[in-house]
Amino acid sequence: MTIAEKRIRVLVAKPGLDGHDRGAKVVAMALRDAGMEVIYTGIKQTPEQIVRAAVQEDVDVVGLSCLSGAHNTLFPKVVQLLREQGAEDVLVTGGGIIPDEDVPFLQEQGVARIFGPGASTRDIVEYIKTSVKP
Amino acid sequence: MREARDRWRATTVAATIERQPLRRERFETMSGLPLEDVHVPNGGHELGEPGEYPFTRGIHPTMYRGRLWTMRQYAGFGSAKQTNERFKYLLQAGQTGLSVAFDLPTQSGYDSDSPHSEGEVGKVGVAIDSLEDMDTLMGGIPLDKVTTSMTINAPAAVLLAMYIGVAEKQGVRPDQIGGTVQNDVLKEYIARGLYIYPPGPTMRLTTDVFAYCARHVPRWNTISISGYHIREAGSTAVQEVAFTLANAIAYVNAALSAGLEVDSFAPRLAFFWNAQMDFLEEIAKYRAARRMWARIMKERFGAQKPASMMMRFHTQTAGVSLTAQQPLNNVVRTAIEALAAVLGGTQSLHTNSYDEALALPTEEAARIALRTQQIIAEETGAASTADPLGGAYLIEDLTDRIEQDAWAYIERIEVLGGAVEAIQQGFQQTEIMHAAYEYQQQLESGERETVGVNAFVMEEPSRPDLLRLDPLLAQHQIERLQALRKRRNSNVVDRWLAELRHAASGKDNLMPPILGAVRAYATVGEICDALRDVFGEYQPPSII
Repeated sequence: MTIAEKRIRVLVAKPGLDGHDRGAKVVAMALRDAGMEVIYTGIKQTPEQIVRAAVQEDVDVVGLSCLSGAHNTLFPKVVQLLREQGAEDVLVTGGGIIPDEDVPFLQEQGVARIFGPGASTRDIVEYIKTSVKP
Repeated sequence: MREARDRWRATTVAATIERQPLRRERFETMSGLPLEDVHVPNGGHELGEPGEYPFTRGIHPTMYRGRLWTMRQYAGFGSAKQTNERFKYLLQAGQTGLSVAFDLPTQSGYDSDSPHSEGEVGKVGVAIDSLEDMDTLMGGIPLDKVTTSMTINAPAAVLLAMYIGVAEKQGVRPDQIGGTVQNDVLKEYIARGLYIYPPGPTMRLTTDVFAYCARHVPRWNTISISGYHIREAGSTAVQEVAFTLANAIAYVNAALSAGLEVDSFAPRLAFFWNAQMDFLEEIAKYRAARRMWARIMKERFGAQKPASMMMRFHTQTAGVSLTAQQPLNNVVRTAIEALAAVLGGTQSLHTNSYDEALALPTEEAARIALRTQQIIAEETGAASTADPLGGAYLIEDLTDRIEQDAWAYIERIEVLGGAVEAIQQGFQQTEIMHAAYEYQQQLESGERETVGVNAFVMEEPSRPDLLRLDPLLAQHQIERLQALRKRRNSNVVDRWLAELRHAASGKDNLMPPILGAVRAYATVGEICDALRDVFGEYQPPSII
């Protein structure tokens, strides 16, 4: 396999106590169908567990999903821990029940893009493909 | 009738299609069940009468002519005090029962100051750490008059004990209180994730609640066996019915194995269904589920009391059907779903608020949701006749078809060793995941349309006013909790927790030591941790 053919590696992760993972699984399946390597953490992961998995699996992208309203606490924590691990080049995206007015804060904190309710998996695939050069 | 239809298809329909082709090649329900151009009698329906076996047409002979369904809006956010205010507002607006939403730490058996609780305190429901919070939550609400449903599963025994404790403080005896604990952890393994312990100890906790309530809290619904969350996770209507009934069979088996007699606990088993957007399919679903349960209880478990065979159920409109785009359209969606639940004979109903794809409901949005039920009850005539759509050819065909397909799924689960075994193999989870993915693909290909999302899309400048929570909420909750820990008699707490660990290692009913611990102001996290010490924690199978 040449470098140009290297597949994008994505960690789909569920931080916090929220167990609603329909969206996370659907996105994981869509990314896999789009040719990416996808690892799903399962639910109820701490930011530390997520970052450990991201570093171990050497992923290009971490996709966070949270529907419980804890995103403003948990998403920035994942970004910060990635930086502490020297993995600041990992693209972090997020999704879930996230009010528009929280998006600027999350972006300031280093979450590259938020996909809210109704987002299409095609847009997510497209975004990752244009943003990541594996 | 069939011949007449064949002739009609060959002549009248064929001529029409020549002028105006059909919009689609195939027509089917939301769950993929085939629909014909017109349905005709098939002669095979087993209807019976309302209030009689197999209860296809409803569990009460008079249905809503006697009493309307209970309008029970699920509510809870922030602190116990805030939620108590929302409860009083809803009761004053004409709601007829309470339904408590707990926050995720409470539902996961963690205290508000646990590191696991960071960011989650008071977010999706009310934060309850101890009897003190529960007392505030129900303050000024007479527990011998109002019934309360609590969405609590793995720690159901703990929150039930707290409710009993508050009743005692009000001078109300346990046999005077009424309500429901959801207490259905099997669906947590399948769909929602709020499990704590492995299946064995979980089933024991569940059946300990059955046994305790049968003796001491006879008006309490000891479980609400839930298809709701299975459907929200992306299942079809058939899967919702099949997986839920398979779980119900597992609970009955567990209770029988624990030595309970079927007619002693079965009348207190309740169910909880989703109301999705395919109006006709949903009405048929409730009817099919009711008939199947009656058969299961009578034929398989040999129940004698009619009350053991009656599927009493709560319904909630589908959260996933709400769109963040053009949110006022959600009022219409919820009204249609709620009407299906009423036409399907629900015993209680929650209608979602239009802003819930964006945040927790504001007071205004919650009021409109309640008014939706009141309009259906008072203005539409839907409550005037039992099973008003019974006998409609399509409804009867769909009822039969859902029943037939759901039996087939239940048989597959039995081959795998029953619901608990199948869950540990990831069977139900995998089936639901594939259904959810297929649905999403149909949405993205345009095969399915959702108004505001992939059809009739428009630019939207502003969002409705959303409920914002107090940013200092968690801090205040933690301060209250830590003050309580200093104030209470910690020797008594430790003694009860030791007693609970001891009971958990043996076979005694766990409710008495849990009640003892609760009365001594042990916290949800402390009690659940004591059980974690003995039972361990569940590790889910990896399915993706």
